[in-house]
Amino acid sequence: MSAHDEHAHDSHGHDDLGIHATFKGYMTGFVLAVILTVIAFWLVMGHVFDKSSTAAVFILGLAAVQIVVHMIYFLHMNTKSEGGWNMLALVFTIVLVVITLSGSIWIMFHLNNNMMPVLDPSNLP
Amino acid sequence: MSDISSTFPADRGPSQALVFHETKDLHPENGTLLGFWVYLMSDCLVFACLFAAYGVLGREYAGGPTGMEVLEIPTVALNTTLLLLSSITYGFAVLEMQRDRQNPMLVWLVITGLLGAGFLTIELREFAHLIAEGNGPQRSAFLSSFFTLVGTHGLHVTCGILWMIVLIVQVLKKGLITANKRRLMCLSMFWHFLDVVWVGVFSFVYLMGVLP
Repeated sequence: MSAHDEHAHDSHGHDDLGIHATFKGYMTGFVLAVILTVIAFWLVMGHVFDKSSTAAVFILGLAAVQIVVHMIYFLHMNTKSEGGWNMLALVFTIVLVVITLSGSIWIMFHLNNNMMPVLDPSNLP
Repeated sequence: MSDISSTFPADRGPSQALVFHETKDLHPENGTLLGFWVYLMSDCLVFACLFAAYGVLGREYAGGPTGMEVLEIPTVALNTTLLLLSSITYGFAVLEMQRDRQNPMLVWLVITGLLGAGFLTIELREFAHLIAEGNGPQRSAFLSSFFTLVGTHGLHVTCGILWMIVLIVQVLKKGLITANKRRLMCLSMFWHFLDVVWVGVFSFVYLMGVLP
């Protein structure tokens, strides 16, 4: 009897794997993702902004929002899953990604900052 | 000497089991999913490095074509649509999996795989078109970093499709057992993660690449 209970519990307790996906959740994520994607493509294909920098800021902002939407509705991210370890790993990764991206771009576009000034050839002996 | 004897009591015979303070199982319920999530995060770092390389080299054309000349936004719009649709169809497969309905789940999985294959076909045609015009990875730093970043994503999608085929065969042979459900959830995370990376790719590489 005990073994049977154990089995019944097993087939219920472990099958859902702790993730409860819902049709509503997936559809919400999908509709939001479609809207954000369409806006981003419209900004570029419709030449909405004259300045490239403004368009770039908007595109990156939309991408950031869409990544959050994907994380919540498709990857089922929340602070509770796996006892918070999922979120901890994600936060750590985001820190590393920000350091990698901003650090690389910052350094690689300032390589000449501490170099010697270019000598004027006419002053050379 | 007295210290050692107090640390290892002599009266405890070999048959007596050692008692530790932690007697409960401290493993999380779904260790596999957490481990797979950690793998995805490390994969995220791979893509961060490739994005950083593209960010640094993306405007170094070496006299070759610029992003505005070679990147085709309508193609990318189609590709993005296919990948986003494949994300939601995989979601439907997961919903059917939760209801233990094997055949509808397999149908959604096949549709997801076909959408992924369509994405891959369009991407490979784009690559072939670029290489045929002499704009291969060796043309400029921009194209090298472009092919590396987009190609790595495409390679991930290829692996995802192969994994999907293997899982379809496994589900057909063994049914929706717990192990197969766990594998399906891992592939679900992998597949949605690829869509997240693609959001970065189409925004940072394609949409920003064609800005004047």
